[in-house]
Amino acid sequence: MRLLKGVRLASGEVTDITIEAGKIARIGKSKESGLDCSGLIALPGFVDLHTHLRQPGFEASETVLSGSRSGVAGGYTALFAMANSDPVADNASVVEQVMTLGQEAGLLEVRPIGAVTKGLGGEELSALGLMASSAAKVRVFSDDGHCVHDPLVMLRALTYVKGLGGVVAQHAQEPRLTEGSQMNAGALSTELGLKGWPAVAEESIIARDALLAEQVGARLHICHLTTAGAVDVVRWAKARGIQITAEVTPHHLMLTEDLVRTYDPVFKVNPPLRTREDTLALREALIDGTIDIIGTDHAPHSSEKKDCEWDQAAFGMVGLEHAASVAQEVLIESGASDWERFTEVLSSKPAQIGSLGDQGSLKEGQEANITLVDPAASREIQAETLSLSRNNPFAGLTLKGQVVHTLFRGKFSFRDGKVKNA
Amino acid sequence: MKHLTSIRELDRASAVSILDNADELAGVNSREVKKLPALRGKTVVNLFYENSTRTRISFEIAAKRLSADVINFSLATSSVSKGESLKDTAQTLEALGADAIVIRHPMSGAAHTLATKGWISGSVVNAGDGSHEHPTQALLDALTIRQLKNSGSDLKGLSVLIVGDIQHSRVARSNCLLLTLLGAKVTLAGPETLLPQTFREMGCEISHSFEEALETKPDVVMMLRVQRERMQGSFFPSEREYAAKWSLAGERLKMLGKETAILHPGPINRGFEISSAAADDPRSAVLAQVKNGLSVRMAVLYKLMAGEG
Amino acid sequence: MPVRTVLDSSDITRAVKRISHEILESNSGPMDLVILGIPTRGIELAERIDAALAEIDPAYRSSLGVLDITMYRDDGLNAERDIKPTQIPTSGINDKVVVLVDDVLYSGRTVRAALDALLDIGRPRQVKLAVLVDRGHRELPIRPDFVGKNLPTSADERVNVMLSRTDGEDQVVIEQ
Repeated sequence: MRLLKGVRLASGEVTDITIEAGKIARIGKSKESGLDCSGLIALPGFVDLHTHLRQPGFEASETVLSGSRSGVAGGYTALFAMANSDPVADNASVVEQVMTLGQEAGLLEVRPIGAVTKGLGGEELSALGLMASSAAKVRVFSDDGHCVHDPLVMLRALTYVKGLGGVVAQHAQEPRLTEGSQMNAGALSTELGLKGWPAVAEESIIARDALLAEQVGARLHICHLTTAGAVDVVRWAKARGIQITAEVTPHHLMLTEDLVRTYDPVFKVNPPLRTREDTLALREALIDGTIDIIGTDHAPHSSEKKDCEWDQAAFGMVGLEHAASVAQEVLIESGASDWERFTEVLSSKPAQIGSLGDQGSLKEGQEANITLVDPAASREIQAETLSLSRNNPFAGLTLKGQVVHTLFRGKFSFRDGKVKNA
Repeated sequence: MKHLTSIRELDRASAVSILDNADELAGVNSREVKKLPALRGKTVVNLFYENSTRTRISFEIAAKRLSADVINFSLATSSVSKGESLKDTAQTLEALGADAIVIRHPMSGAAHTLATKGWISGSVVNAGDGSHEHPTQALLDALTIRQLKNSGSDLKGLSVLIVGDIQHSRVARSNCLLLTLLGAKVTLAGPETLLPQTFREMGCEISHSFEEALETKPDVVMMLRVQRERMQGSFFPSEREYAAKWSLAGERLKMLGKETAILHPGPINRGFEISSAAADDPRSAVLAQVKNGLSVRMAVLYKLMAGEG
Repeated sequence: MPVRTVLDSSDITRAVKRISHEILESNSGPMDLVILGIPTRGIELAERIDAALAEIDPAYRSSLGVLDITMYRDDGLNAERDIKPTQIPTSGINDKVVVLVDDVLYSGRTVRAALDALLDIGRPRQVKLAVLVDRGHRELPIRPDFVGKNLPTSADERVNVMLSRTDGEDQVVIEQ
């Protein structure tokens, strides 16, 4: 039995939470003594619909274990692992392997994402059904890293995945318009002599896929939205009744392209950092619900892939350990929203999109996946986190909000700043 | 001033000072003893990832005229992707005591990365990084224009027309920044596919007609090299069409004023972006550019390196 | 800061005249003389010496120039100083008697640099040194041939030479 005393819920109510046999037994004041959690906010454990755990294949950058450790430090109780490993997760064996690695790490739930196409090649559908019926019970399919650019392949994928009760998560990037692209296309890319990645390459794919999803009556999820124009397209699609959901990363909410002037590859990411106007539009959309969730797109890279010329460097940023602080900055510190919305974007909505039934809410009878945050704590983000990689563009920034404890299935996975295994 | 990786690192005063010093140093090249001891005992490394004999030799002579020791490190472009990382090369050169590294690299930002990552303690001179900048080229162009037009310490009141594949040109970018910094009015001209509107935000005018641009009677016309490989990227239909609309030849050459200076960063594609007649025209300042390149590079090396005690 | 005037306008004029006489005497006449001023104030002094020589001896043919030594300094603080023009008279310095002119002789390093610069330009028959003030504290074995005034100073004193064209007035002062 565990008792969290004096927590504040997202509703504002201060109460106690009693945990028994891995489930939330009771939410209500208790006369017993327990862990003093005064000053902390209790939220349903965070769920990341977009993480790169790099295993199998790129263990120098991250492993399922190290990614899990970084995840629990960030308050996560579930991570959806993208399929661009080596070998690609396009069949039942690889997804089951990733799932098993997650169980062995035992810190949070690792849900493998299945690739939409074989080898991420964009041409032939991968073993979608076999992955869905495997032990890994895959429901989210994505070629992230690559765009499913062929409209016919996308149409087939949407149709097929609909039948599996799943969702296709598209990385929207028209490849012909972004060959060799390095940063956002605009006046700055012109001046810096770096090949531009135009907004239209993202927006046109979203619009196309929304119409395809409408035609099929399928769900569609858009990964890492980055432009004001993309927000407009999603808004239009939702207004039409299309079952589209959208995600934004912590870095696109807070960082802009002018950081690229430093030519420091820690700021190199795909899709790229955009303009201030874009970040403002993304924030507004997250607040008003046009964007449904925050997905970290945690993309660790070992140092030799970032300690080099810009063009040579890999795309990606880590993000598991500061996502909650960014959410707090955008939703709470701004005064524009509240902890209920916070819960939606980091826990309940991603769990819903990923068909993760037993996560995303704090309710009696539910599995006890709980994150306890100290909203008043302020900290300077360090490059070094529990991830194996240090490509952290937030290093040096000071943000409010710190995850103090994380509980997974009733047990502490992270307690007082340390990863635990019991 | 420790590095020169971009014109943005200069203000008007320091740019003029480099030009003035270059003018003085030019005298050394016509003396009996073509040497000054200013950089004696220092080592300059030419780290060239792209083939460029002319620029490399210019920097080499400049360093030697100042009595520095010169090491040439020429790597084929394939080394960038397959071979030793820039970091390892830089640290090797640091261990060998390089006081300055002159770097030419096919990727934009490479010079800035070399200067700011903390791998080396010496100075970095950008000899051309991808499509980003080529600061010493702009400085020698500015010096040439200043001499030809007798415009005083800077280029106030002068108009310069730069023509060609602007999109991929580091010479265009550096010149855009420097010539406007020195008070000139710069117009960039080229086909729409090779000249995006965003260049306006760098302080230049844009034109998509060579003839219209020439009608404004610029004081200087600078022709840029065009890589024939641009054909493959669907930038323009054919060499013939490009030459027909954008080369300095025939009727357009006749539109130039008697005092208009013709500049070209070299090497010239005779018959492509510039006709033989234009290249050999008495208004062509190409040889002055080469001479000034040497003295400008001496001035830059001196400015960056002589200060260390 | 106490300031003491050690040479006033007429002192300077007399010194220039005497130095010019001494130059002609030691050279046994005006032949093959080249007067080179070291910037900044050496230039104005060289011009005055050149004018005085012409006044004293009508056979003197003016051969006046400027020798900038920025690129030959050994004090490592170079790069902040702009290189100034060097102007050698068209008749050159080969086989000539070059008189270097500077305002203050102190450590001797400026003159050492001037000798190196001179030898990279040509091969003079003789090189002589004329200074308005010698304030001692030599760090190199350099001695002047013609001196306006010997001024023993301590190292914490500053000798300020002011000349009319550069500073508006003629005087030499010492500051603590």
